[in-house]
Amino acid sequence: MQIYLPIAEISVNIFLILGLGGGVGFLSGLFGVGGGFLITPLLIFYGIPPAVSVATAANQIVASSVSGVFAHWKRGNVDLKMGLVLLAGGIVGSTVGVWVFAWLRSLGQIDLVISLCYVIFLGIIGGMMLFEATRAIFRTRRRSGQIRRSKKHQHSFIHGLPFKMRFYRSGLYISALLPLAVGFFVGMLTALMGVGGGFVMVPAMIYLLGMPTGVVIGTSLFQIIFVTANVTFLQSVQTQTVDVALAILLLIGGVIGAQFGAQFGARLKAEHLRALLGLLVLSVCLKLLFDLVIAPSDLYSVMPGDL
Amino acid sequence: MTVSSRALLAIVALGIAPILGLGGLSKKAAADPLVVDLSNHLVAITTGFTGTNVLLFGAVEDEGDVIVTVRGPDQDMVVRKKERKVGIWVNSESARYKNVPAYYTSAANRPMDIIAPADVLLDYRIGLKNLRFVPESKLNDSDQKVYREALVRNMQSAGLFGERPAKISFLSNQLFRTDIHFPANTPTGTYTINVYLIRDGGVASVKTTPLVVSKTGVSAEVYEFAHRYSALYGIIAVIIAVVAGWIASVAFRKR
Repeated sequence: MQIYLPIAEISVNIFLILGLGGGVGFLSGLFGVGGGFLITPLLIFYGIPPAVSVATAANQIVASSVSGVFAHWKRGNVDLKMGLVLLAGGIVGSTVGVWVFAWLRSLGQIDLVISLCYVIFLGIIGGMMLFEATRAIFRTRRRSGQIRRSKKHQHSFIHGLPFKMRFYRSGLYISALLPLAVGFFVGMLTALMGVGGGFVMVPAMIYLLGMPTGVVIGTSLFQIIFVTANVTFLQSVQTQTVDVALAILLLIGGVIGAQFGAQFGARLKAEHLRALLGLLVLSVCLKLLFDLVIAPSDLYSVMPGDL
Repeated sequence: MTVSSRALLAIVALGIAPILGLGGLSKKAAADPLVVDLSNHLVAITTGFTGTNVLLFGAVEDEGDVIVTVRGPDQDMVVRKKERKVGIWVNSESARYKNVPAYYTSAANRPMDIIAPADVLLDYRIGLKNLRFVPESKLNDSDQKVYREALVRNMQSAGLFGERPAKISFLSNQLFRTDIHFPANTPTGTYTINVYLIRDGGVASVKTTPLVVSKTGVSAEVYEFAHRYSALYGIIAVIIAVVAGWIASVAFRKR
């Protein structure tokens, strides 16, 4: 059954889009990730214009983050103060990002920048995940040693920065500039790549800010809701590329898929899951890289001039 | 006149009502060498739109060849060339064209170059190769040729430029019909359909009829809303997502 998407202006197979949302939802339930970094490239592979894919994915991530944050909020796993500081950076970053997005689009380079961002980030994240998980798998087999936690109160240049703030929930006394910068950077990624940015923010919160892992997921989800909402709003105003019909189809599939994913994930070992996710991320990265490197079938492309 | 009335009867028999009115007038309008109409003057893009055909039919008074051109609304188009830089393919040079039809197709009852000499086709801008595209900035001749070809090739592969003239079939000596195909990605706007009657290598008569392609129903309203009240649209999009996420979390909790 075909459905005509009002903003993307193409007709798509309704079951294929539901399936795509479901598949990514399954993976996000399985691996506990947002899935934006998979949904945007897959939409682009399917033939949805990249600009619409990115803006609509942001809209869909609002929904998946909202559904995830409640449980964390109840358990007190959200550092509100940290979330708000990250958010302040994120709002500025995503606003700048939407503006950069429109500028790159007028230059005809937006597709390239989206692809390059994906290749770089998916390559790094996927590679690290696969490497770390493979090591963990071998380590558990040899049953030798434990993961050594880094010391909480190491001193580096980070602690010399001004505007220090106390974050009670995370037990941190650090410069507000750090979470602001992290939020800004991830906000830019949200606007440019149509991702929640959890895959960048979570490691940054743990390793750069030194937050305890218990509050990391909840706080990042909290922040992602507002940043993706901001991106959805700004893209609607500036580029009119948010396709509500597409977003609804994706989130229906995603919600159902995530439930099955979470159940299925409980039966697999954590490091095996991470290794699988790493492989998946790397294969999406390679496909995008391949498209950039091989000679296109037509060296010329045509776009309406008013975009 | 008998042949002509029989022809009109045949059209009525095809189940086409609009020409009926002309049937009554046919004796007075005998001087009109060319009569055409469409099965539908409005192509409605609804939520279930996957492309459609519009039937063009008509009658010629005496024998002659018929060529039909369908031209979509004009728009600016940018043709971009990819170049290899540090191993990856990057958009580099570009050419901007004004007044490129968003859709173009033609049809004829036999090959056009047999029907009419090349200069006549060029004068009337009939056929893809006779369309004029003027680049906004000056290009040298070889670039102009390459960019023009790229523009046409891309529009063809998008299904928006007809690759070769479609077939017009004559049902009798006077009656003809052809199907005009509009693909799923048909741009909206007002289309101009020109029907040329060609005799002895010259244009004997031209009929122009408009066709409107527009979105209707839910998809049209969503599109209109997104463009006219874009801030409100953005807020609604966010609210829908928040509510959907909340419902999902409630449903999930109950399990």
